[in-house]
This record gives sequence, structure tokens and C-alpha cells, in this order.
Amino acid sequence: MHPPRPLVEMLGISVAFGPVQALDSVDLRLYPGEVHALMGENGAGKSTLIKALTGVHPVDAGEIRVNGEPVAFSGPAAAQAAGISTVYQEVNLCPNLSVAENLLLGREPRRAGRIDWRGARRRAAEVLGRLHLDLDPSSPLGAHPIAQQQLVAIARAVEVDARVLVLDEPTSSLDASEVEELFRVIRRLRDDGVAILFVSHFLEQVYAISDRMTVLRNGRLVGEHRTAELSRRQLVSAMVGRELEVLDRLDHAPAAPADDEDPPVLSAVGLGRAGAIEPVDLDVRPGEVVGLAGLLGSGRTELARLLFGADRADRGEISVAGRAVRIRNPRSAIDAGIAFTPEDRKAAGVVGDLTVRDNIVLAMQASRGWMRRIPRRRQDELARRWIELLDIRPADPDALLRNLSGGNQQKVLLARWLITQPKVLILDEPTRGIDVGAKAQIQALVAEQARDGTAIVFISAELDEVVRLSDRVLVLRDRRPVAQLAGDDVDTDHVMELIATGGEAGA
Amino acid sequence: MRELLRKPIWPLVALLLLNLAVTPSFFAVRVQDGRLYGSLVDILHNGAPLALTALGMTLVIATRGIDLSVGAVVAIAGAVACSWIAASPDPASPGAALTGIVLALGLAVVLGAWNGFLVARLGIQPIIATLVLMTAGRGLAQLVTDGQIVTVNNDTFSGISGSALFTVPVTVVVAAAVYALVALVTRRTALGTLVEAVGINPEASRLAGVRSRSIVWTVYVFSALCAAVAGLMISANVHAADANNAGLWLELDAILAVVIGGTSLAGGRYSIAGTLLGALTIQALTTTIYSVGIPPEVSLVFKAVVVILVFLAQAPKVRALLARRRRGGSGPPPAAPTTPAAPAPAAETTGSGR
Repeated sequence: MHPPRPLVEMLGISVAFGPVQALDSVDLRLYPGEVHALMGENGAGKSTLIKALTGVHPVDAGEIRVNGEPVAFSGPAAAQAAGISTVYQEVNLCPNLSVAENLLLGREPRRAGRIDWRGARRRAAEVLGRLHLDLDPSSPLGAHPIAQQQLVAIARAVEVDARVLVLDEPTSSLDASEVEELFRVIRRLRDDGVAILFVSHFLEQVYAISDRMTVLRNGRLVGEHRTAELSRRQLVSAMVGRELEVLDRLDHAPAAPADDEDPPVLSAVGLGRAGAIEPVDLDVRPGEVVGLAGLLGSGRTELARLLFGADRADRGEISVAGRAVRIRNPRSAIDAGIAFTPEDRKAAGVVGDLTVRDNIVLAMQASRGWMRRIPRRRQDELARRWIELLDIRPADPDALLRNLSGGNQQKVLLARWLITQPKVLILDEPTRGIDVGAKAQIQALVAEQARDGTAIVFISAELDEVVRLSDRVLVLRDRRPVAQLAGDDVDTDHVMELIATGGEAGA
Repeated sequence: MRELLRKPIWPLVALLLLNLAVTPSFFAVRVQDGRLYGSLVDILHNGAPLALTALGMTLVIATRGIDLSVGAVVAIAGAVACSWIAASPDPASPGAALTGIVLALGLAVVLGAWNGFLVARLGIQPIIATLVLMTAGRGLAQLVTDGQIVTVNNDTFSGISGSALFTVPVTVVVAAAVYALVALVTRRTALGTLVEAVGINPEASRLAGVRSRSIVWTVYVFSALCAAVAGLMISANVHAADANNAGLWLELDAILAVVIGGTSLAGGRYSIAGTLLGALTIQALTTTIYSVGIPPEVSLVFKAVVVILVFLAQAPKVRALLARRRRGGSGPPPAAPTTPAAPAPAAETTGSGR
């Protein structure tokens, strides 16, 4: 089946960060012409293993062999020179540079010592063409949605002739057709003999694309399997161990639907912003979860940001608990009892160099103003309680937030708002890029908050998740609302059809 | 204090020891006319204006800003106070001095608010916004003094620099008091944390409801106030306001003090104790140049060499190299978990800033 010798072998790899053993004697083998999925929860050590392979982290023990030769890369550049290219989870490109500059940054074609811009643009257009990306190479990267930036990052990685391509969560911000596009490219590269290491939290995608998988848990190797020989159930239980009951609990999650007679706690009438979203009417009652469904760029994030005042609406009105409020900025939204976790966790949520404790109390402190500091004992108490309630790991209030995994950072951001006891909680992609276990915990938390009477606006790219959690779903398409579904109408197929057709062919 | 010990204190110690080697009586302190005298006291006394300016600068830098206008504010404060005193009916009266001082401080609040307006309200990059006042401010000071050096003979005013409280020079007392106040306020209130939050991630702070605008405004006003107090000290010391030279290049020394103290120019985490140490190091360096007898024509070169050495010794790469050599070349030290051996973590953060 596969050639006898793996292209990459990692043997007995151990990495420790101070007292934390991130990886404990882990093996990984990558064969040419195979897509290998690296599976595990957040904090299982996937990212660390990738970084050990690409030379970002030195290994404490173990050996890495490429083509049978022991190697020790001094950094990503050295790894890349050896044919190992990586695309990381979050887009790590320069939004202020052009698409072509980003694609070729550091390896621009040169002529007589100067950058050959014409050649660079031509080369960029070639690479984009190979991925069927319809982007103007000279347009600034930041002008494109995150999904397309991600594809540019992938294009950048395949631009060099990589023998090993590492994709760390490449699909977390892509919609279905973009994922298909990406998979086409992956398959072509695979057929060319490239060894591909693929990390994703979407099980279906892993089963669709991978030939073999390695499962990690808590920094240890659980096992290596051929994908065809491992059922989804087996995989999930291998990944999460005994925490499987959390997933089971989720199957009967939906909260009791709110009483239609209840007055809405959040009510928006004709809320819109030119160029971002057409006017929308939206009511959310206490204890109700309203899902916003739609593709990337459908206006779901834009609507959430208007509701919170992150962007300013240029028309429409908002009232909270029956009182008209003017939402001019986040501050006024928070004062009205609205909370919001943004889609872009790293750029707009996490204050990485502050501790978990400081991050948890940040919103509450901001509301009190700087003069009235929350007493240290109260801070400790809040941090301890919420670390325990949300199972934040490591359970250390003094850890810097940037050292936590994505799922745990998200939990800290949720705790930041939950301690302020908001009337309305707007969650934009709270489960994006985080593992099954943390995802289940966050979903359970959303349901629980709703039961306690919080009005929730929930956004997710995963339709199943939106449908499962929401009492009502507002479907958006091309920056305008197309339908609102409630009760039994809320099902995945129906929503999917509305998103696809805008309701014209439906009904 | 514990924080102070973790800071790079050795350059200061080394400079003092060098002085001791050259001048055995360097550490001698004596009381004369109810005031302490001695080289160490001089370092504190002469370093007070820089220490104050650097303190204001620290908070500005923590919010991802920078204040280039402090040197100009020093000149303006001195010019306003001295001109007011000189023009008053009784230039020797305490009343004239006090009004002049209040006027200078009041104007500093206005100037700081101007910087804050440009940065927080109009969103102009701090380096550009404060460059306006840096350039225009000195002109403003000259306008106030009519281009002349304004001398005053007012005991109350000179007292800002010349008098002593329990034998300690008033300049040192004032600087120490302001440092203690800021340390207390940033620790006892949430100002320190919120300043850091704004500096680390402005957008996340805004979305968490932090009133970043008023915080940014506050730090620029405070920075200008610190500079004005420094300006009063400097002009009181020489009984005159020199619009051309008072506080010239002080902004650069202040920034240098902040950086030596370990605060990153990228904003976020800051250290007040570190800044104090940085300011004293720079002042000790200046004193050393005189006391060791470095010829004036090479004094700047000497200063440059010392600064370069201090920075090299603090650079992560150099430290890693030295540590490896000490342990006999056994592998690199455990790298920081997140940053891939970046030579300047600063560049990373500023890139996404804007």
C-alpha cells in the first residue's frame, strides 16, 4: 500500500514548558501520498507536536527523521527549506500588504538584486489560479474576508514545492464550497506524493479527506489508525476519554422554548448599516436562544456587531427590556445589559499578556470604572469559581491568557461576560476552532444560561450546532434577512435550503 | 522592592562602583546648611526631572503611545512661570511664584489634553500627534519669553530646586512622592490593569467596555504634568527660563529610561520601578562623565557605548548565548512557549496594532 519508509518519522518526542509536560513520548509517521489527520482535544498537544516538527519548539527528548535522516530544525525557515510547509490555525499574514506580497513574502523573485514586481504578480496569479482563487494579486489582503485570507495562507504554503504540508485547522473559517475547493487541492497534492498532516475539529472533514490518523490525549499518544478502520464513535471516545457523557448530555440540550407572550428583552427594528447589512427586525425573549444562520459574509457577524455597538448602526432602533436605548459604542451596549464575544478571538477578545484572572474580571472592572477596583479577594473568588465552573485549564488564575489553548481562551471570554450577568448574550462563533470536549461544554453552557433566563443570540458556521441550540433561527443571505424559523421548522435541511436559495425556490 | 531587584540594577551598580574606584569619597554624604550634599545626592537631585518625565512617559508607552512633546513642555512650563514672575508687580513675592507655578501646571494640563485629543479622539498616531507639540511647543516657549532668557530672583520659586525638607532636597522629595503616588494609585485602583489592557489589545479592551479614550487622555495629561513639574525644577535650579535649551532632548532620555527599565515600546506591561532605575542609571552616567573626567568631546560616545552595552546585555539572544556558554554549550535554553524565537517581540505586536 504505502512505501515501506515514512517520509517523516517523529519518535518518542517529549516537550515540556516549565513544569507542564506538553508532549510525552509521542510518535508520528507521515507517508508520502497520504493525508494524515492529527486528532485530539485542545491541549492534547497537537499544536506543540506540529511546532516541534517545524522547529518552532526545541524537543526535550526524541528524534525527528526526514527521509530516514535525523534532523533538528532551528526554526520554521529551516523546516521549510527541507520541504516542510505549515499553515497555522489563525491567519498569520500581513493584512496591510497585497495578496501577491503575502504570497511571496521573503521569497520574492529578484532581478539584479531588486524585487521583480511584475514577476511577483505573475507568479502570484499562477499560484492563485492553481487554487482557483479569484483574487486580484495587487489588492490588499485585509480587504478580503477571513476565509479568503486563509486560502491565501494555504496558497502561500503550496507556493514552495513542499514535500510535507502541515495544515493546522485550515478549514475553521471556510464554508462548505471553500472546504471542497481546499480538499481538491489537498487531493491533488496528495496524488503528487506530498505527505499532508491535517488538523481539524470537524470530524466529517477528517473522514472525508484523511487516509490515516494519529490520536493524542493529554500530551500522550493514544494510537495510530487507518481512517477506514476507526468509527466516529471510537475516534471521539479515543480523543475525549471518559468525558464522553458530556456529548451524550448534549443530545437533549434544547431549552424549553420561551413563552411567546413574554415581552422581548432585546428588540431591534429596522437595524442596519449601509454596506454591512440591510435593515433587520429581531426580537429575543428572556430564556430564548435565537440563532443567526448564514454563510460567511451573509451579514450574521455584521448584525451581531451592530447589536453590541461594535460598529455603529446608521438606521433602526434598539430597545432593551422595553426601553429604547441608543447604542453608540460597546460601552453603552454593556450599560444596557448586552454582552458580546467576537468572532475573531485573538484580535478582539483575548488580552493575551494579562492573566486569566485579569481577563475574567475585565468587563466587570471596566463597568465599575478604574476608581472602584474589584477587591483582590473578590477577584480571586470569581476567578476560582469560574475556572472551576467552566473547567478552564490550566486551572491557574495567574497564567497568562495567551498561553492557554483556543478553547480555554474562549471559556475565559465567556466567564468575562457571565460574571456581569448580562440580559442579552451575543456569541459570535464561540465554538470556532475548538475541540469536541470544549465545544460540548460551551454548548451546554449556552443552554444552561438560556434556562436561567438570559436572552441569547448565537452564531455559528456549523448549522447543526445552530439548529440544535436555537429556539428560533434567523436566516441571512447576502447581507439581508431571508426568513425566521421557529419551533418544528427549525431543522438543518430547511435552513440549508433557505441559505442556498434565499427561500425563492422553497416554500 | 522585590520588583526592583528583578530589574537590571547592575548597570547602575557598575557605574557607581566605577566612580568609587576613581573617587574614593564618592559615596560620602554630608549635611551642610540643613541640606544633604554629596555625589549620590546630586544624582538623585539632578535626576529628579528626568525621573518624573520618564514616569509620565511610562504610562503613555504602556497604552501603546509615546510622548515626544515632554521636552517642549519642560521649556513651556519654565517660560510661563518665569515670565509671569518677572512681569508681576513684585517679582520677589511668594504670591507671584505660586501663581506662576499654578499657571504653568494649568497650561500643562491643557497641552496634555491637546495630545490626548489628537491621539484618543482623532486617532492620530501618537508619534505624529506629539511631534506637533514637540516642534511647536518650543516656539511657543520662545514666544512667551520673547526669545530672551528670562531670569528671576524669587526665593519661593528657587526653593523648588534649592530648598530641603528634613535635609532631603525638595526635588527628590517631590519626585519620590509622585512615584509613590503613582505606584499606589495604579496598584490600589484598576488604572494599572486597564492601562495595560488598552496597551496589549485596544480592540479587545474596547469590546470589553473599557473606556480606553479617557484612559489614553488621562495618561497624556499626566505625562504633560510630570514634564511641567520637571520644567519648574530645571528653571528654578538656574533661576531662569531658557526656551531654547531647557529640556532639550529630554524626551529621548525619558524614552531611554523607560526602555532600560524593561517596559516594551509595543505597549502593555510596564514597570514603574524599572523606569526609576532607568532614569537613575542615565543620571549616574551623566555624573560619571564629569566625575571620571571623560573629555567633553567624547562624552556622547562614552554614553552611547554604555547604553549599547546595557541593551546588548538585556537582549534575549545575547542572554541565551551567554547562558549557553556558561553551561558549556549544551543545547539552547527552553524557548518561550509562544514566540518563535522572535528577536523583537515588539515588532509582532505593533504590526497588528495600527
